[in-house]
Amino acid sequence: MDLRGKKITLHDMTLRDGMHPKRHQITLDQMRSIATALDEAGVPLIEVTHGDGLGGASINYGFPRHSDQEYFAAVIPLLKRAKVSALLVPGIGTVDHLRMAREAGVHTIRVATHCTEADVAEQHIGLARELKMDTVGFLMMAHMAEPDKILEQALLMESYGANCIYVTDSAGYMLPDQVRARFGPLREKLKPETELGFHGHHNLAMGVANSLAAIECGATRIDAASAGLGAGAGNTPMEVFVAVCDRMGIETGGDVFKIADVAEDLVVPIMDTPVRIDRDALTLGYAGVYSTFLLFAKRAEAKYRVPAREILMELGRRRMVGGQEDMIEDTALTMARERGLL
Amino acid sequence: MKKVKCALIGSGNIGTDLLYKLKRSELLDPVWMVGIEPASEGLARARAMGLKTTDQGVDAMLPHVKEDGVQIAFDATSAYVHPENSRKLNALGVMMIDLTPAAIGPYCVPPVNLNLHVGKREMNVNMVTCGGQATIPMVYAVSRVQKVSYAEIIATVASRSVGPGTRKNIDEFTRTTAGAVEKVGGANQGKAIVIINPAEPPIIMRDTVYCTTEDQPNREALMDSVHEMIREVQKYVPGYRLKNGPVIDGSRVSMFLEVEGLGDYLPKYAGNLDIMTAAAAHTAEMFAQEILSGSLVLDPVAA
Repeated sequence: MDLRGKKITLHDMTLRDGMHPKRHQITLDQMRSIATALDEAGVPLIEVTHGDGLGGASINYGFPRHSDQEYFAAVIPLLKRAKVSALLVPGIGTVDHLRMAREAGVHTIRVATHCTEADVAEQHIGLARELKMDTVGFLMMAHMAEPDKILEQALLMESYGANCIYVTDSAGYMLPDQVRARFGPLREKLKPETELGFHGHHNLAMGVANSLAAIECGATRIDAASAGLGAGAGNTPMEVFVAVCDRMGIETGGDVFKIADVAEDLVVPIMDTPVRIDRDALTLGYAGVYSTFLLFAKRAEAKYRVPAREILMELGRRRMVGGQEDMIEDTALTMARERGLL
Repeated sequence: MKKVKCALIGSGNIGTDLLYKLKRSELLDPVWMVGIEPASEGLARARAMGLKTTDQGVDAMLPHVKEDGVQIAFDATSAYVHPENSRKLNALGVMMIDLTPAAIGPYCVPPVNLNLHVGKREMNVNMVTCGGQATIPMVYAVSRVQKVSYAEIIATVASRSVGPGTRKNIDEFTRTTAGAVEKVGGANQGKAIVIINPAEPPIIMRDTVYCTTEDQPNREALMDSVHEMIREVQKYVPGYRLKNGPVIDGSRVSMFLEVEGLGDYLPKYAGNLDIMTAAAAHTAEMFAQEILSGSLVLDPVAA
């Protein structure tokens, strides 16, 4: 694979997807120190939001230590070069949140839907473009739809005004060939000026390999997190990805050692538990289950004595999509009753 | 028996499902269905049932409202066009049952507050949303026992049951539902989340209700209240079920519901259609009774 000379935009997930393993409890000081260190290390775009996006503060997903607004106000004024992005999932967040983010100085908005439901994002993508924001359509759980369906949905998001389309491997399930199969038609049929991006999870340790496959097929934005801090077994580990890119001659603008230092000195020390491929995180990738479900399933195991792995397999069998965290306790209750544990 | 004549505005999933409910009503007689798509499946079914139809929007029906004796109209279009539809029909003395999340009139969730609408001479009542109809009775079942400081609902619906109108209105859906969780459900603060799931075969509508109570939950009183309310909703939506819960965890009460429909228009998974249309029909029947008994006289509203 010869990717020499390709230029990509690194997009940091530590302070958004990383909110999941931190149960949305990252402090303002931790946000400031990690964001400024990433800025210093040459990372151009940093996502800052509740793990489930703007308006995610809830019983269902978890109440954060601070509001999105407070996090923006803490981080944005300190950045020298990097811009801040925010995630918005229609059905959870609304255009009111979007306007708030714009006023707080957010540069990029990523409007996320399940990969077959792009049409719920019309008003949010449209408004973001009206507000002159860098506007991304983010197709989640992309392994659950065939490439032609992904293309159809991407074209919808492009028609609403998205200037970049993401293929999002929320379950960390995809293998490089599945990534290529989805990016091929996108690069061929979307406008040449529409950017493509890839968001990976490391549940099968394919984060770096899948990101390279995406770049090979025309992706120019790649999501990664320092020390992989993200849902499930985490996101594509940024320090590893940047080192590999360096070796391959892919230009990321990131400084390998500085990025590795952020991971080692600032991110690993704040982890509540190691972000690694344990048997439950492996199950996410193996069965194609939304990575964010991991900690909820572990908590349900502790409460109802049904193994997290079995709960996750059942959620996969029932084709649950992102955002259905409420169904984890419900499923555990049903399984516990069937097993005579209640 | 004499019936009150009705018009259906909107020929999508909700309008068409409602048509079946109205056809069975002893008090309501659907005579018009209005759409904007000539190829609409709903309009075709309405014609086959003997209704007058138009695919030219509400303006094409207005000249016939008087002669056809329409007194109640149901709007199942979208939050964006509802206010105009309502104004035009109210001006002709037609009362409006709003099934969009526009919510320009007062909220109505029948098992909670239908009685409050009696004798008010309202010309527009709002049916909140399908998620609101499925969850607000349960929020109220908790709040009538003890103070609820916060209530959150998650409505999950099958992708096939969500038409283009609802998809364009997703923000209005969450906003209107959250508002009614507070105003009708009785929570100090409300939040609503909606999830669309494309699984095949389609999933039955699921609704989760979380309430945080001010004082320690009173288990026994809550159980009684919740089960009584389930029976109340089952009177008009027989497939309304408590799958799990109430789970009491500290000051949090969690309830996991399932809503199976009657399978009138879309198959039984689309309980979201049924709970909305059955509530709207139920509400209209109450007004129809008032109209037929002479206690409610509808007057044109000056535009």
